[in-house]
Amino acid sequence: MTQATPIKIWDIPGGIHPPENKHQSTANGLEVAPLPARLILPLQQHIGARAEPVVSVGDRVLKGQLLAEANGLVSCPLHAPTSGTVSAIGPAPYPHASGLEEWAITLESDGQDEWTDLEPISDFRALESAPLLEMIRLAGISGLGGAGFPTAVKINARPEQKIHSLIINGTECEPYITADDTAMRYKATEIVAGIEILRHILHPEEVLVGIEDNKSEAIAAMREAVGERDIRIVPFPTKYPSGGEKQLIQILTGKEVPSGGLPADIGMVCQNIGTLLAIHDAIILGQPLIKRITTLTGEALTHPTNVEALIGTPIRDLLEFAGLQPDRLYRLVMGGPMMGFTLQSMDAPVIKTSNCLLAGTLEELPPPPVAQPCIRCGLCSEACPAMLLPQQLHWFALGKEYDQLKRLNLFDCIECGCCSYVCPSSIPLVQYYRASKSEIRALELQQHKAEHSKQRFEQRQQRLQREAEQKEADRKARADKAARMKAAKEAGTASPDTPAPAEPDVARVTAQKPAGLNAEQKQLKIAAATAQMALKKAQKQVAANPDNAELKAQVPVLEQAWREAQQRFDASLGEASVKATPAPSAGADDETKRLKIEAAMLRASLKKAERAAGDTPTEEQEKEIYALREQVAVAEARLPKETAAKKPVDENLKKAKLDAAMAKAALKKAERAQADNMDDPALQEEVERCRDILTEALHTLEQAEANTSQPVPERERVDKKPIDEATRQRKTELAMAKAAYKKAEQSFKQAQEANADTGAAQAELDRTKEALNTAAKALAEHMASKETD
Amino acid sequence: MGIVVTAILVLLGLALIFGAILGYAAIRFKVEGDPIVDQINAVLPQTQCGQCGHPGCKPYAEGIANGGEPINKCPPGGEATIQALADLLDVEPLPLDAEHGEEKPRMVAYIREAECIGCTKCIQACPVDAILGAAKQMHTVIVDECTGCDLCVEPCPVDCIDMLPLPTTPQNWKWDYPLPGKTLIATDAQRGAA
Repeated sequence: MTQATPIKIWDIPGGIHPPENKHQSTANGLEVAPLPARLILPLQQHIGARAEPVVSVGDRVLKGQLLAEANGLVSCPLHAPTSGTVSAIGPAPYPHASGLEEWAITLESDGQDEWTDLEPISDFRALESAPLLEMIRLAGISGLGGAGFPTAVKINARPEQKIHSLIINGTECEPYITADDTAMRYKATEIVAGIEILRHILHPEEVLVGIEDNKSEAIAAMREAVGERDIRIVPFPTKYPSGGEKQLIQILTGKEVPSGGLPADIGMVCQNIGTLLAIHDAIILGQPLIKRITTLTGEALTHPTNVEALIGTPIRDLLEFAGLQPDRLYRLVMGGPMMGFTLQSMDAPVIKTSNCLLAGTLEELPPPPVAQPCIRCGLCSEACPAMLLPQQLHWFALGKEYDQLKRLNLFDCIECGCCSYVCPSSIPLVQYYRASKSEIRALELQQHKAEHSKQRFEQRQQRLQREAEQKEADRKARADKAARMKAAKEAGTASPDTPAPAEPDVARVTAQKPAGLNAEQKQLKIAAATAQMALKKAQKQVAANPDNAELKAQVPVLEQAWREAQQRFDASLGEASVKATPAPSAGADDETKRLKIEAAMLRASLKKAERAAGDTPTEEQEKEIYALREQVAVAEARLPKETAAKKPVDENLKKAKLDAAMAKAALKKAERAQADNMDDPALQEEVERCRDILTEALHTLEQAEANTSQPVPERERVDKKPIDEATRQRKTELAMAKAAYKKAEQSFKQAQEANADTGAAQAELDRTKEALNTAAKALAEHMASKETD
Repeated sequence: MGIVVTAILVLLGLALIFGAILGYAAIRFKVEGDPIVDQINAVLPQTQCGQCGHPGCKPYAEGIANGGEPINKCPPGGEATIQALADLLDVEPLPLDAEHGEEKPRMVAYIREAECIGCTKCIQACPVDAILGAAKQMHTVIVDECTGCDLCVEPCPVDCIDMLPLPTTPQNWKWDYPLPGKTLIATDAQRGAA
């Protein structure tokens, strides 16, 4: 079959022609790797967030069952490649340049390879693109070419941008790798079905399949499978690295993907052959991505081949299948010799992005020669397919000048390794760029984190400030309330016959209690309550021992006593209320109270009027408020100044109290310092001075107390002698010994009561007694020695 | 005479016009905040650890900008921050002041949860709210939010907080730079040996 119009091919700048070494692995066709006994399924096999496990250890899972779900949009679910039991979820070997472990689900195969229920789609054309995209997402497909970007995200990267070209990447430019070549040879029909599905989703104007001209069988097979469809197979001259996404787009369309951009920005989507196969399996067969074609090659293998391997198969199993000669193996590389990385362990599994395992011998992959200084030959610049300045980048990478590296577009470097390959001084240029890139990424992450921390810190500061303000406001409100209560109380003491109604809270509280019980009444009440208790107790005892006549006789007596006590109390209460009720006697205090009530009521109505008026009062409301304000002013002026006059005295008292407390604290501190350093005359003086200040302060306080009308609180001024460390310790020891003795005594008694063996308890008692005596003696001795000092 | 008066009037008029423009610009283009402080603050690592003697990174930035504080008091930032500050402020870079601590790899706090008594003291100490817990409940550190500032270690009454270096994972692992090669061209080296 011939193409209608031969398509124009562009060239990419730079590039190299390394030895291809592809024939070794194509001779044996496509084989199926044996079912491994154990599979390791890392949760991170793609770019983006790590998948979230949905199974737990011990679960039996079927082939194709979901093991871990996507965690966010840029993430990928993970499925069981065979049936078996989940034996572990945790860090496990992981194919990564670092050799570090990564979280993985370990699955023990049960050998039955039993499928879960699949939902194949017989006619995908009947579906819209959205459900098809969702199926691709749920099938856990990420790019199988090497980078592993989630395919559904990639297809739909720029939803607003019309995709006019769908580019299929069958280039496979790296030496040794033949996985895509094999897929095209043996699975061309499925690949074309995958292309059709993508075409149905994207509706592109053209579909181009780029294949390097060194894969003639693949080109023929694909041409045959495509038939009369509007899909163009474009063979082009072999050159490394034509297989890079941006490079292939340039070769097939002549357009360049902008720096830092995506192919979707210029209306293109590029997909790998392996990915198309996975899309076919996901839609037509309903199978999630659980297997891939991987090339097993290298001189250390006797049977280099391509296998269809289950994701998670340990690399060791595959290499043994391909006839590994461990003694010849020098370096094991995952990926190709140009862009792959050395594996540090054969326990790591094959993951979704593993397209090749290269088991090289020493002759095949010799250690790199020692790097020599750059001779500024410029070969690297000529070889660079991204048209960067590798030499400049090298200098700046050596000097760690990250700003300059970014200015020179380091992040457009595709790490193809052409520059290192051509370098006559064997400078490992790509390694410099990789290291610089990860350093810059780490710094940016750090910067991002610093910004984040700053935000959190500032928000926290604001919150703390808010809380402090709130606390302060609450405290003020409480203080105000307390002051009002106090004022109300004072008003109440001024007129002791009637409870003050000025403060509604107080009024309510006083109303609930039998107000103003005098001492006599209290005593009567207590007597009544005691009698009632005794009666109840007796009744209970009678209920427990109904045969006891003596108890029975007691009950009526007690009842009588209680009744009498209650009556006496009631009588006294009645007397008091009779005394209290003749209320409005024409006293000066009552007059004050009336005025206060009046003022308070006026204030309340003023407040109400103000609230009713709101922010925009009408003229009428304003007048009303004004009138009320005047009335309030008059009422307040009429109030006697008594309360105001009282205050300063209180303040004096308060100040005197404060002074006394401070003086006391200072004295205590000085004394303590002195107790530890007996000989210091300066400290002695300080103590004396503090004591004088305290005496004075106490004197002032007494005077202030005498001046105020408040009752003087009863108190006892104790002049505790300060004790030094040693004495305190001895006293503590004594107290502890006492406690131990008491405990021992108790257990001894218990033992006696229980008629048990008291020997041990007796011994303990003696021992603690001894300890107590010793402690007491120690204290006494210490005190005596201090006296004599 | 007339010319002199005209000239004076013209100049006076110009002065008034420019004065008005400047006055307007001063109000219209007024810079809110202190840009230098913000720039310095952006360079600092925002661990809010207080090792510099200031209660946070911003106060230190203010100290540098206004109080003439030396730029070498930030151990978490280390040499990189000192260099960045020196570039920003156009001053000589100084070696890190050892009095305020040494440059350490990034750490994160870890609470040995079995030993935690739930006193909330570390929660109150954390400047970025990276510790989760409640009174009498076990506490734990949100690793992603922790700045490794050490401030939670001291208040812990049972000493159950460790500062651990941040573990290396495949996600934050960095490629190594190649080992330095020879500094002489091979043929020159041979000539030198001969």
